[in-house]
Parts: sequence; C-alpha cells; structure tokens
Amino acid sequence: MDFVNAIILLLNYIFVPALSYGSQLALGAIFVTLIYGILRFANFATGDMMSFGTMFVILFTWYFQSVGIDLGVFPTALLAIPFAVIFMVSYMLIIDKFVFKYYRIKKSPPVQLAMVSIGVMFVTQAVVRIIIGPSDRRFFDGEKFLIKAGEFKEMTGLTEGLAIKSTQVITIIVTLILVSTLFWFLNKTKTGKSMRAYSDNEDLALLSGIDPKKIVMTTWIIAGILATIGGALYGLDKSFKPFTYFNNMLPIFAAAIVGGIGNPFGAFLGGYVIAFSEILLTYAYKKFFMYVLPESMEPDGLVQLLSTDYKFAVSFSILVIVLLYRPSGIFKGKVL
Amino acid sequence: MRKNLNVIAAYSIMMGLIILVGIFQSWNIALSIFNLCLISAVMTMGANIQWGYAGLINFGIMGFTALGGLAAVLISVDPVQEAWSVGGSNILFSLFLIIAMVLAVRYILKNYKKSKNRTYIVAAIIILGIIIIRFISEPGIEAIEDVEPAKTGFLGGLGLPIIFSWVVGAFFAGGLAFVIGKVALGLRADYLAIATLLISEIVIAIIKHEDWLTRGVKNVIGLKRPAPYEVNLQQTDWFINFVEKFNSSKLNLISDLTERQAALNQLVIEGSSVFVKLCYSGLFLVVVIILLILTQKALYSPWGRMMRAIRDNEEAANAMGKNVVKQHLLIFVLGSAIVGIAGAMLVTQDGLFTPGSYRPLRYTFLIWVMVIVGGSGNNFGAILGGFVVWFLWIEAAPIGLYLVNLTTAGLDDTHFLKVHLIESVPYFRFLMMGVGLLVIMRYRPKGILPEKIEIK
Repeated sequence: MDFVNAIILLLNYIFVPALSYGSQLALGAIFVTLIYGILRFANFATGDMMSFGTMFVILFTWYFQSVGIDLGVFPTALLAIPFAVIFMVSYMLIIDKFVFKYYRIKKSPPVQLAMVSIGVMFVTQAVVRIIIGPSDRRFFDGEKFLIKAGEFKEMTGLTEGLAIKSTQVITIIVTLILVSTLFWFLNKTKTGKSMRAYSDNEDLALLSGIDPKKIVMTTWIIAGILATIGGALYGLDKSFKPFTYFNNMLPIFAAAIVGGIGNPFGAFLGGYVIAFSEILLTYAYKKFFMYVLPESMEPDGLVQLLSTDYKFAVSFSILVIVLLYRPSGIFKGKVL
Repeated sequence: MRKNLNVIAAYSIMMGLIILVGIFQSWNIALSIFNLCLISAVMTMGANIQWGYAGLINFGIMGFTALGGLAAVLISVDPVQEAWSVGGSNILFSLFLIIAMVLAVRYILKNYKKSKNRTYIVAAIIILGIIIIRFISEPGIEAIEDVEPAKTGFLGGLGLPIIFSWVVGAFFAGGLAFVIGKVALGLRADYLAIATLLISEIVIAIIKHEDWLTRGVKNVIGLKRPAPYEVNLQQTDWFINFVEKFNSSKLNLISDLTERQAALNQLVIEGSSVFVKLCYSGLFLVVVIILLILTQKALYSPWGRMMRAIRDNEEAANAMGKNVVKQHLLIFVLGSAIVGIAGAMLVTQDGLFTPGSYRPLRYTFLIWVMVIVGGSGNNFGAILGGFVVWFLWIEAAPIGLYLVNLTTAGLDDTHFLKVHLIESVPYFRFLMMGVGLLVIMRYRPKGILPEKIEIK
C-alpha cells in the first residue's frame, strides 16, 4: 500500500505539474523556434509578447464577465482566447511591418535583429504595464478541481491524495490539439511545406517560386496564436504577472535550444525535458522515502537536490550539457 | 579640433542639460544624476569593449554588476567574529573541497583521452563532491545564519576601506567571465547572449539565497564610505565657514541675526549633501578618465586593430594566424571586469547592497540601449550613451507626466483614463527607451557618435 501511496505522491507533485508546465513551455518554445527557423533571429521579446497576448485574454475575460457571459464549469478565458488572438496577430503584423521588415529586406545579420527585438521588448513591456499594470492578476473562474485530494482519498482509501486541477487538464488537452494541428499544417498542407522549405534553404525556396511575404505572414500568425494560448494557459494555471512572463523567456529559450533550434518537434519535447528536470531536481523527496523505505532508514533532511530558488540553474546546466555534447540539440536542429 | 566638433557639441549639450536640472530642480538631483551617469558610463565602456571592439554579445551584465557589489560587501564590512568561530571552519573546509574537486576534474581531463569512462568518472566526481560539500557545509551555514539573524547572520567581510573593492570587484567579475568564456565562447553570438542571460540570473539567485555570504534579501546596509558623512560635515567648522563665505552675498541680505543663523543652517544641510556627492563625482571621474585613456590607447594599438579585424571577419583573421578564441576570451574577461568595477562603485555610492534590486531590464538591457544609442565601438559614444540614456531614464517620469497632462487636458481630473495614465507614468520610461532604441537602430545604426577608424 505504501508503494502505491508513493507513486500517487510523485504523480501529484511531480508528474501532473511538470506535464502542464512543460506544455506551457513547449508552446513558447515552438514560438521561439519558428521565429528562429523562418525569420532567423533569436526573439528576446518572446516573454513580453506572451504577456501581451495574455493581457488581451484578461481584458476580454473581464468584459465577458461584466456582460454576464460564462462557460459554466470552464473558465471564461477559453472564450476570450479567439478574440485575443485576433488582436495579438494584428499587433505582431504591425510590429513586423514597421520594425522587422526593414532589416529582413536589408539582410541584416541575426545579431542586429536580436538587438531590434530588445527594442520591441521594451515597447511591449511598457504597453502591457501601462494598460494593465505590473501587479499579479488571477483571471481563472469556473470549476477549480477535476479531482479533489479529499475525494480521491475517499474513493481509493489511500492516505495520499491526488488533486488534478482543471487548468492542468485544459492546458494539456489544448496543447495537444494545438500542436497536432500545427504539425499537420506543417507536414501536410502546401503552405506548411513551403514554410519548411523556406526555413531549410531560403534561396532554393525562393527559386521554386515560394512567396516570402506569405511565409513571413503565416509565421507571425502562427506565432501569435501560440504566444497568446501559451501565455493564457500559463496565466490560468498560475497567475499573470508581466515580470514572471519576462523571466519565463529563459526556460523557453533553453527548451528551444535543447530540442534543436529551428525544429518545432524538438522544441515541443524540449519543453517537457526542461519542465521535468526542473521539477524533479527541485522537489523534496523526504515524504517519498518515508513511504518507500523502512522506518529505520528514514531520511532526516528534505532530500532536495536543489533549492527551488535555483531552477534557472537547472535549465542552464541542461543547456550547457546538451550544447557540449550535441551542439545541434537533442533532435537535429541548426548548429549554433 | 574640427573633426572632434560633434563630440564636443554632444558633451556640452549633455552637461548643459544636467546644469539645467541643477538650476530648475535642485543641485542634489543634478549631482545624483551625474554620479549615476558616470557609473553607467563605466558599465557601457565594459559592454562597448565586448560588443564594439569584438562583437560579442554579453547579456549577463547584471550578474557582473552584482558580483562587483558583492565584492564591496566582502571587502568593507567588518568580520563577524562569532559567525567565523561557529561555522568558519566548515566553510573553509568546503571551499578547500571545491578547489580539490576542480583540480581533480582538471587533472583527469588533461591526462586521459576522451572516452565514455572519463565522462562517467568526471560526472561521478562532481556529483559525489557536491553531496559531500553539502553535508559538510550545511551545519556551518545553519550556525552562521543563527548568529543574530536580525543584525548579522553572515560571515561579514574583511573590514578594509571600500575603495579596494573596486579592484576586487573587477577580479570577481573577470573570474566569472573566464569560466563562462571557457564554456560558451566559440558558439554563435545569439547563443552566447542566451547563455550569459541565464548565468546572470543564476548569479543573482545565488546572491539572493546564500544568506551566510551576502545576507541575501535581508540586505547589507550602512557600508563604509570613502566620502565624509553629512552629519559630521554639518558640525565641522571649516565647512560651515566655507558655506558662509560661499553664500555671503545671499546671507548679508538677511539682517535679523536669528533668521540669518537659520538660513545658514539650512544652507549647511543642503551644502553637506551636495559636497558628499561632489566627493563621489570626483572619485568616479578619476575612474572614468583612467578607463577612457586605457581603452582609447587599446583601441588604436595593434591589439585594437587585431580585435576589429576579428570582429569584421573572423575567418580572415584566423587565417592570418590570430588566435580568435583566445582573444575573444581575453576581451570577454576585460569587459566583464570593467562592469565589475562599476558594480562595486554603485554599491559604494548607495552605501547598501540590495540583491533584490538587480533586475535584468535595469542592469542588462538598459546598458545595451546605452551602448547602441551612444555609438558602439566608440568610447566617447558609449560614455555619451550612458549619460543620455540615464538622464532620460530619470527624467522620463516628469516628461511623461507633462505629456499625459498635455494630451488629456480636455478631460476631467477624475476621468478614469486620466487617473489610470497618471498612475502608469513610471512605465513611460520603458516606452521611451524602446522607441529610442528602435529609432536609433533604424535611422542611425552606428549611434549618436559613430565609430571612426583613423590610422594614427
């Protein structure tokens, strides 16, 4: 019985949270990797673009709540996402037209584009803070838990409870739907195939008559969808704070590089690699060992490999190890 | 003279702006802006060496600044004897173990051929070492943190004058840069940017949470000063006489004796803080001028030409027999060391060390905006960028408030839009920086004072 308890414990505190956190990272990482693969620069405005999209989700959620529309057990934010995506995509297309396009036509080196993205980062951050403010906001409504810890205990008779938040399930399901649609789009449709061709070899793609304007526009549209949904899911699960979103850029970048930058499938898995290692290494295993080991061998300390304050160190170490041994990432991406 | 006209003009305008602040706001504000401008100028010089001379992106400036600040604490604070006696031996032993571990790993890497076994052994040494070190250091750390946690709770420093920390800070930052450079240089530029960004976050995390070393978020306050204290100055005779003489024309207008005394007291209080700030300005100016001379000499030396050659065409420079990797490492260490000096200067000026205040936007990206706006590759440009951007950063709030009032003049004072905009005035500085950076990159990509290469 103790063994089952131990497994439930790990499921509750490691597996489920890591799966949902990994999904949120994965969406961000695909966003980074698409921009990198097709527009060819590291977008340092990633975190802030995600917070920009989330801001619209929150604004629409507030509006719907004030009008009295809701989705019952589901959070109202799900209804707000499509409207927010429209605003987000138009913002990205405007930014591209007025900022990035000039450097793309001039064929500036990627470093310069990365610098430009820092300018965009400042502007986006300012706009978000001016419109919605820098404070912590929760915009979740509807049913909070799918399975409550107490109910689970009663149902199974175990001492350890398993709580599954509805946001976690929503995150995982939405991510799966979105990512499979994206891969279907990239692999089966004509536009998707031409995007991959453009990413692989720009000159050859142009020679075979692919319209670069269309490719770039599609990329920004997909990026806008990913950024808004990724940001909204993170905000639903935890909370919305512009500074946290800015910092999320680091694990997202790590995920994209670990998976092989420029490779969307690698980025998708990279998100889970980063999330699982972050949570596995910073979890305190004391209770787990209390279940598994006999009483005499119980550990005194928390049995925590790393304090949670050092979660950036985890992403960084994985990044360094991967880059030292496989410079192109776990799945072959572009060599950095 | 003639070709330097734009430099002279730009600097005179900048100084004029600061003097205007002194006249219209107060000399205290003007001098504190000026001092931080000087510190920013040191930081931009460091970043400019890396980016402008060699084309390396370092997004870890925040980490090096914080290390410089840490040096100021470790040098100037008096040692906490009690903490040393309860936990010092454990910490020293752990330090010894860390050094032994690094040496062992180095020995294995040097003397054995690359193989799977070697990798496993190195990994085993590192993991075992970390576990042993944690077991040894933990009781020591707990004991140290229990020593009067409200007042000390850390090991303290060496109790030396704080000025020394400027050099030590440079060594700290340079040392970290050496380690980072060994790992991350040689990869592509945008990867270096991401890696340094991550490392600077890790440095801040360590400084924030290793309370036994830095007191963490409890902050270290009341650091020693290289300048006199205001309170002491207000009681010294020569200073009061000096203020009296300096303001004699104003004081002579007041006939009543008690009123005159009150006015003098007020002037002495104001004068003392201006005087202290002037002392700092003097010290900082010395550092800026020394660094400026050194960097200018380096820029026009054969070494500087080689760096530019490497920046402009790495492969060609490599083919000419220049060791690109080694030079990149050198310049990465040098630039980071300069940033470390600036970090120590910053903590010296504030007199307190607050790890929670290190944010990437303020200490990394703002410095980058300074370098790009000022003119990368040109030391005068980088310093000017530090001045202009810091000035705007501080004065953005008043300017933003003015603009908000102007655009919403037709609205009622309690109109929700106006209230909301006035509340968010502090964030207009981000907008200003972002738009400024984008405009400069688009229409003047080489900055206000562009790089000029002249063969002397």
